[in-house]
Amino acid sequence: MATVVTKVRRSFGTHWYAWAMVLPVVIVLAVLVGYPLGRGIYLSFTDANEANVARTIGVNHIAATYEFVGLDNYWKVLSGQEGHFYSRLTWTVVWTVACVFLHYSIGLGLALLLNRKVRFRALYRVLLILPWAVPAFVATFSWRLMFNEKYGVLNAFLTGMGLDPVDWLGDSTLQKLSAVAVNVWLGVPFMMVAILGGLQAIPAELHEAAEMDGASPWQRFRHVTLPGLRPVSGTVILLGVIWSFNMFQVIYLLIGQGASSESEILVTYAYRLAFQGVRDYAGSATYGILILSLLLVFATFYRRMLARQEAAR
Amino acid sequence: MSGTTTPSPRGRGQRSRGASVALHTALVIASLIALFPVLFIVFVSLRGRDGWQEPTKFTGFDLSNYTHILGETKFLTWFGNSVVVALGATVVGVLIAATAGYAVSRMRFPGQRPLMWTFLVVQMFPMAVLIVPLYTILGRLELLDTHAGLILTYCSVSVPFCAWMLKGYFDSIPAEIDEAGRVDGLTPFGTFWRLILPLARPGLAVTGFYSFITAWGEVAFASQFMSSEEHYTLAVGLQTFVGQQKAEWGLMTAAAVLITVPAGLVFFVAQRHLVAGLTAGGTKG
Repeated sequence: MATVVTKVRRSFGTHWYAWAMVLPVVIVLAVLVGYPLGRGIYLSFTDANEANVARTIGVNHIAATYEFVGLDNYWKVLSGQEGHFYSRLTWTVVWTVACVFLHYSIGLGLALLLNRKVRFRALYRVLLILPWAVPAFVATFSWRLMFNEKYGVLNAFLTGMGLDPVDWLGDSTLQKLSAVAVNVWLGVPFMMVAILGGLQAIPAELHEAAEMDGASPWQRFRHVTLPGLRPVSGTVILLGVIWSFNMFQVIYLLIGQGASSESEILVTYAYRLAFQGVRDYAGSATYGILILSLLLVFATFYRRMLARQEAAR
Repeated sequence: MSGTTTPSPRGRGQRSRGASVALHTALVIASLIALFPVLFIVFVSLRGRDGWQEPTKFTGFDLSNYTHILGETKFLTWFGNSVVVALGATVVGVLIAATAGYAVSRMRFPGQRPLMWTFLVVQMFPMAVLIVPLYTILGRLELLDTHAGLILTYCSVSVPFCAWMLKGYFDSIPAEIDEAGRVDGLTPFGTFWRLILPLARPGLAVTGFYSFITAWGEVAFASQFMSSEEHYTLAVGLQTFVGQQKAEWGLMTAAAVLITVPAGLVFFVAQRHLVAGLTAGGTKG
């Protein structure tokens, strides 16, 4: 009887405590994320732009004159009237898939190599992690210098080998390839370290048992290593997709902030809508909400898929 | 390999000479690719203002790029701004998020799952969702172009991120410690404050470091919100070296080196724990 009473009391106490302890975060999230998100959703239903939002010029305060337009913005974007959404979306998806696939497969390959007994393993590990230690904006600028058509080191190598120089950041296909290369260079170390952690968590006995049973190296990889990596892979792939989909710095700083370019992904396009030319706040907000919705749908399905795989095992 | 007592002609860990060569070749090539851009930037930075135009020559080494950016540009101011803003966002983030991370890790309470879900979802927010509303809100509060404004902006990222990471760390601390605390008559907060927090110190450090690095490298918000040169962060300032009209790549490379060295040193100390934290938070969500 006494234990029941204490149990009830304790659960009551912990609930109060829990709420009190999460309160600061809830407040911060409500103010800094919830409210702006609400504003963003609202803006996406209006025709707000630079010319009609509330602003102060000198001492004069001009009230906002933008209007509620319902789903107009979404209709314009999704029906293709606005003209940029589907091409940007296609490229963003290609970009994300390419980046995550290369991150993961190269990361996995290097992790498998590093997980063996190799001489100089510690040295290799440090060298391979190096790109991660470079802030993305610094790395992007550095690559831009290396990609430079006239004075870049890559073209110096090419001409040194008797080949023609390439305008790496010139036409849109090469721009895209260059951007993927930079992002892969930046992102592989994280994947490698994460997967290496996962590999080391697989009990050696499993490999030994499989070997005793006469499994070939490929079979061991397929039936011991890959399933053992599943928890780590699930998380890093999700993170990778989110990060690549929203990757702003690389695209924005590599390709430049100039005129419209086909190599822009959705995020950089939304940014440019909001802050270049006639600032289209409503259009930018619409794109923002659409990007977020796409990621949410993906994450939900992805996690559900992982849970189902987990259950099927 | 512990426990392998049966000797086999070629067990795991041993391989033929050819395989060994292939293994090392692959690792060396990968290492070169990882290393080359970094070395190249250091190399260019040491070759004077116009050395970048001759990327394959090994002449004309001097430190003029470094003396120039330290003496005649606002580099040090920008550096200071970046430190203030990133540190501000990190400290606020860790302080506010620690209790919440603990509560979510240890207690079952109504609203717990939605809260965890919120932490995760906020990580997915593309900056495009928040940038326009935050811009107008900060404008109204007259916080545009101030450190405080940018710190607040970064807190929208760092607070949920820190809560998420710290939850993962608290999960890795055995629950028996909490029970011991409770037996000794500590309140849940007392347990958290006296027992768990000291144990989680490495986790706090790594979380803080990660959120610092994120704020340190942020480009989009800083480029729009900080409009006067005095208030630029490094990510914005660096863009002025290589803009539409100017191409001071020599200065850019010297700045790049100065930015990367301190961050890189701390990074190598912390990196082992970084991944553990991120993936732990994810798998147990």
